[in-house]
Amino acid sequence: MVGGGRMDRVRRNSLLNLMALLLLAGILHLFGRYGTDYQIRILNNMAIFITLSVSYNLINGVCGILHLGPNAFIAIGAYTSAILTMSPMEKQMNYIIEPLMWPFSVLNAPFLIALLAGGVLATFFAFLVSFPVFRVRGDYLAIVTLGFGEVIRVLCNAFQGITNGPLGLKGLAPHTNLWWSWGVAAVTVVVISKLVNSSYGRAMKALREDETAARAMGIDPFKHLLTAFLISAFFSGIAGGLLAHLITTISPTLFTFFLTFNLLIMIVVGGLGSTTGAVIGAALFAWGGEALRIVEQPVQFAGLKIPGIPGMRMVVFSLILMIVIIFARHGIMGRHEFNWDWFFRGGNRAISSR
Amino acid sequence: MTPTIFLQQLINGISLGSLYGLVAIGYTMVYGILRLINFAHGDLLMFAAYTAIYCVTLFALPWYVSFPAAILMTGLMGILLDRAAYKPLRDAPRISLLISAIGASFLLENVALVVLGGVPKAFPRPPLFDQVISLWGLRIQVLTIYTPVITLSLLMGLLFIIYRTKAGKAMRAASKDFETTRLMGINLDRIIAVTFLLGSSLAAAGGIMWAMKYPQVNPFMGVFPGLKAFIAAVLGGIGNIVGAVIGGFLLGLGEILIVALLPQLAQYRDAFAFVILILVLLFRPTGIMGEPLTDKA
Amino acid sequence: MRFGGLAAVNDFSITLHPGELVGLIGPNGAGKTTVFNMITGAILATAGRIIWQGENITHLPLHAITARGIARTFQNIRLFSDLTALDNVMVSFHHKLRAHLWDAMLGLPAYRREEHRMREESLEILQEIGLAHLALEKAGALPYGRQRRLEIARALATRPKLLLLDEPAAGMNPQETMELVELLRDLRDKYSLTILLIEHDMKFVMRLCERIKVLDYGNSIAEGTPREIQSNPDVIKAYLGSQRHA
Repeated sequence: MVGGGRMDRVRRNSLLNLMALLLLAGILHLFGRYGTDYQIRILNNMAIFITLSVSYNLINGVCGILHLGPNAFIAIGAYTSAILTMSPMEKQMNYIIEPLMWPFSVLNAPFLIALLAGGVLATFFAFLVSFPVFRVRGDYLAIVTLGFGEVIRVLCNAFQGITNGPLGLKGLAPHTNLWWSWGVAAVTVVVISKLVNSSYGRAMKALREDETAARAMGIDPFKHLLTAFLISAFFSGIAGGLLAHLITTISPTLFTFFLTFNLLIMIVVGGLGSTTGAVIGAALFAWGGEALRIVEQPVQFAGLKIPGIPGMRMVVFSLILMIVIIFARHGIMGRHEFNWDWFFRGGNRAISSR
Repeated sequence: MTPTIFLQQLINGISLGSLYGLVAIGYTMVYGILRLINFAHGDLLMFAAYTAIYCVTLFALPWYVSFPAAILMTGLMGILLDRAAYKPLRDAPRISLLISAIGASFLLENVALVVLGGVPKAFPRPPLFDQVISLWGLRIQVLTIYTPVITLSLLMGLLFIIYRTKAGKAMRAASKDFETTRLMGINLDRIIAVTFLLGSSLAAAGGIMWAMKYPQVNPFMGVFPGLKAFIAAVLGGIGNIVGAVIGGFLLGLGEILIVALLPQLAQYRDAFAFVILILVLLFRPTGIMGEPLTDKA
Repeated sequence: MRFGGLAAVNDFSITLHPGELVGLIGPNGAGKTTVFNMITGAILATAGRIIWQGENITHLPLHAITARGIARTFQNIRLFSDLTALDNVMVSFHHKLRAHLWDAMLGLPAYRREEHRMREESLEILQEIGLAHLALEKAGALPYGRQRRLEIARALATRPKLLLLDEPAAGMNPQETMELVELLRDLRDKYSLTILLIEHDMKFVMRLCERIKVLDYGNSIAEGTPREIQSNPDVIKAYLGSQRHA
């Protein structure tokens, strides 16, 4: 089955991947130059959502574990990087109720370092919580992770000396541009795809399919779930940093369970367990989420003024989630992945494992 | 802290705890049979509170008609919830069921937001529950005393249904062994419907008392009571009805007393329940009344 | 290897010698699968000891026991149904993987070489077990008899010294069963395995096993060659007794 053309195919695919990346770069360049602010914002959102949903899918789709606390990792990444990039002056202006604690008050770092620090801190937090989290499974794990998400939100509100409490942080430098957001997204997709398609990814999928059987074949569940959890947290933390420096204002209300819910919609619609699906889901969400804003805005129609309806967008989102999960559980991609072989054979079954 | 204040807080804690317990029963019953955390259970509190408000204000019904009507409607809403969101997924992977539950919860909240608006509504508390009695220098709202009394009476009624009626027997059988019960020719859909009816009605009673206690009704009012009631159910040992009520009492008392004793922790109050949950899962995952928590293989 | 004094299994002890083909039989509910679960660490034995090559493995977790060379199949087939047959087998090689996580995440040659080797060896095992032509089918979509074989292939891929087979012939037709006898003998010789198996199909057991152990209500009641067992009065009684229940 491994034909003689295997090396040719590998070479062709690498070439095609490279070309796709160049094409993406070209498109980004054009938008960066001629795109409207609105288009650029959507594209930035899209890239950050892709990073988030692909790393979230690693836990929920590949390992088959319902983790409901990615908002905690995103929050940690956002706050860490924001505190690091703010100048001492901005810090004084922001922290009016309680001054920022030393040593945070004097720390300052370039954007890249700040992003990485956010990822590392999120990973560290994930490591701390992993012991209680992976003692349980199923619904319990869902609730425990949801709990951690909530606890982080409560802490963001309470630790005024670090997070500035409910006031949040304002006036962050708008470091995030198309290159940053899409660069991170590309790295995330490549690294996580490599992982998922490797022997480690196979072990994670085996744990998803049947944990007892996987253990009987020598797979250590804690080690592999922890690995996935930490990697996911790292990229979520970095995406949090990008998000903070895109919207330039963060507060605890940004990082509620609501954020997790949105990520859940993306990966369910795309197809739980498919990285390609997570990318598609995120792209659709970024675009559709903006398009749906119409339903919440007042409309002038034939002389009548129809007031906007707050909450309508969420009604639509929750309906989409439920309809997909009940009637089309496999989402858009199922557990299939895009690959060039599949592309060239016009949809014929391709060898999924390399 | 003076003994009087301590006693006052103790009573508050019992009152709050009995509400958690009442809501926890529904979680524990549904979990017992479907092995599902009914995420939307907390939102039934909100549904009950709004229904009660509209019965009183729109239809001008007296409270002793409105409240039972709201409870019944919420019970039916519970059945509808099961039919729409959970029944199609009985044979699906567990993760799908849970995702559907989360979707249902958001749907209920946001439909309420769209239809009823985000502005909190005042709950028309019947004057009967408004009275304040003074006792040994304590000033206690009668509602605070009624709450645990009502909870315990409802618990007695529920236990009667479960242990003395045929439907109850079938429910117990189903929660012990779902498949065998199905094979024995018991109509499981009916048993599940009864479970949702009972659990949701109790949540409704809890929701109405919650709305009288904190008379601000809004579309998201059920989220936190719901989560905490679930934690109470785990604390008491999931699947165990008496355990759920005991767990509720302990959680309510703990929340109130920890803030009373250490006021500087007040801002962490909402995190307290989760800390308890994590401790329980770490050290005694079967909860207080200890049935095993593992999935049925 | 030996152990004794267990919970659902009361008084049971067995010693396996390298290269043996031993059958474990007994009426339903006699505790046969429990014995497997305890050997592999799926259930922790409350009392008694399991000694493997001089090491006490009684309290080791499941995956650690597999790493020491004990593998099993499941009575109610537990394949990774959404993965291909090939991937099912490749999973079993993972615990021996030397390449680090980052080698895999970056697709470095150190990892790629190993992945290639795992793939070749998995295909070899599939070939041997007669499933090579189905390597890219999803495990859950295979017919029942093939799934049983795939379970054996998967267990074999962990490179065990002791193979525990829980009702390997269940649901197979007589011809498939006889093929299985040959296959298991070949595998034993080729990989110098020790095999302990649970089976209800007496013809299969009598034909394949060199030694048979009989378990009833958690107690071992007899042990011997197939011929000895067939004429043992206690065994006949246990089986007749259980037939009355059934």
